[in-house]
Amino acid sequence: MASTPPGLPVIATENDKLLDTRLTLETPEGIELVLAPAGPVVRGLAWSVDAAIRVAVYIALGIVLSGLGKVGLGLWFLLSFLVGWFYPVVFEVYSDGSTPGKKAFGLRVLHDDGTPVGWQASLVRNFIRTVDAMPIAYGFGLATMLVTDRFKRLGDLTAGTMVVYRERQPRPAPAARQPDDRQLLAVPPPVALLPAEQQLLLDYADRVPRINPERALELAELCPSLAGGQQAADRRLLGIASYIAGERA
Amino acid sequence: MSQASFVAHHEPDWQRLEAGLDALRRGRRRSGAAASERSRDRSQIAGAHSIADVPDPSELPALYRRVCQQLSLAQARGYSRALIERMQALTLRAHQALYKRHLAPWRQVALFLAVGYPRLVREQFRFVLFSGLLFFGPLLAMIAGTQVNPELAYTVISQDQAADFETMYGSEAGERYGRTRASDTDVLMFGFYVKNNTSIGFQTFAGGLLAGIATAFYLLYNGAVIGAVAGYLTANGYGETFWSFVAGHSSPELTAIVLSGAAGLRVGWALLAPGRYSRRRALLEAGRIGVRIVYGAAILFFIAAFVEAFWSSIVAVPPATKYSVGIAGWALLLAYLGLPGRDRAT
Repeated sequence: MASTPPGLPVIATENDKLLDTRLTLETPEGIELVLAPAGPVVRGLAWSVDAAIRVAVYIALGIVLSGLGKVGLGLWFLLSFLVGWFYPVVFEVYSDGSTPGKKAFGLRVLHDDGTPVGWQASLVRNFIRTVDAMPIAYGFGLATMLVTDRFKRLGDLTAGTMVVYRERQPRPAPAARQPDDRQLLAVPPPVALLPAEQQLLLDYADRVPRINPERALELAELCPSLAGGQQAADRRLLGIASYIAGERA
Repeated sequence: MSQASFVAHHEPDWQRLEAGLDALRRGRRRSGAAASERSRDRSQIAGAHSIADVPDPSELPALYRRVCQQLSLAQARGYSRALIERMQALTLRAHQALYKRHLAPWRQVALFLAVGYPRLVREQFRFVLFSGLLFFGPLLAMIAGTQVNPELAYTVISQDQAADFETMYGSEAGERYGRTRASDTDVLMFGFYVKNNTSIGFQTFAGGLLAGIATAFYLLYNGAVIGAVAGYLTANGYGETFWSFVAGHSSPELTAIVLSGAAGLRVGWALLAPGRYSRRRALLEAGRIGVRIVYGAAILFFIAAFVEAFWSSIVAVPPATKYSVGIAGWALLLAYLGLPGRDRAT
């Protein structure tokens, strides 16, 4: 990381790497996919929602089938068996890797290489669930999740899958900046800026439409050497950002 | 190149890729090239996109690689985060669509069932054999032991359970378990057997993860219980009723138990003796093999439940017929597992 631009407070030295559980996978095309594995707490919550749904289904089936006597009971055994073992599998394969519980918390199941999960992997990870649930309340599964990287439980290790957070919807592409009444002139920066610093200014320019003007000014005043200590510090920074982005007024 | 001209220059590519992915998703949902043809015609009529804007699926890989290159450029040049995030989301989506594993078409499934599965079982023969020993060993030992001393059965089943079995198979005139059962009870028992037995099979497989110890335990225990019940009833004179009842479904059910056990032992073996692979790698491979064995076991459990519920309890069929059906079942099953797929020279 280059030296910080003058005027900005130093918050981290080069040796401090911030902890980050995000995972980068390199694809055959040479780009990196950035994914965020999900930890035990949120997965446990998603599981609770799924368990509640399953119980509700069992009860509903029971009520519906109670009128059919023994045939109904037999059907109930059969259907509750299928729901119990295959509910997660069907949703993981057909519903983009998420059961309803996982969807509620924004999670999905993927193979280790980032591809959507297939039948074989989903069956393996859900069958091994019986061992994960031992000795009680997912004891083994929890222990394994805390010990492996990517928060994998035994089923994930055996099947080669992982649970990640769904990608947030990307923010809307930066719209063409609306010319306002005070003409926004592209202003060349007073000093040569490193790429990281240029990116910082572009990000600032993207954020300005989303925050109120006082806040924009407050942020701009953190950078007196670029903003020049003038009244409209944020305007000047936007001007520099506009220059960097290549928009000519 | 500045960011603005970069975006202006490459935006059409990104929009084409998005349109192509959307069309792919719609086409997949309706499954068929004809469907994507229809959707393209429809969009042409509606004028939403001109045909040039919706790329053919065959163009997507090249388009995706181009966008990947643009993303690398954008990152190297330090363009704004919003732009890079947008491109990352697009490439992630494309990556998943293009590298998604496809469901095996029906033909492959049929081929697997006809030839692939017996080959798989033969490949894993060591584990099938060991599983068979763990299961049939206690079973036969119990049968033999209870002939000498019926009370040996109480080591694995309680006296109440033994009494229940006796009433079930009681051969008082007209009290036989083979008394004509109403068909609704048959459905009840079918559902029960599916749920009970298949779940045990799946758990036996999963138990392989505990170094196969849980699997071995399931096999030994179930073998002993079944042997105890069989031996106990035979020793106490209910033999004909019992054996004629179980003859029909014995072949699929016992084979399914042995196969589930083999799958679990295979997984356990990967943990104990991974060979040249790391344990994780060996476990991945074993999991794949194991679950494919369990596919067959699950089907056999289903068949066994069906036979047990709807055939085994029919009184009208004399025991001799039931025995022959049972033996024929064994012969067929062993032939299925032993013969198909042998045409390749060893």
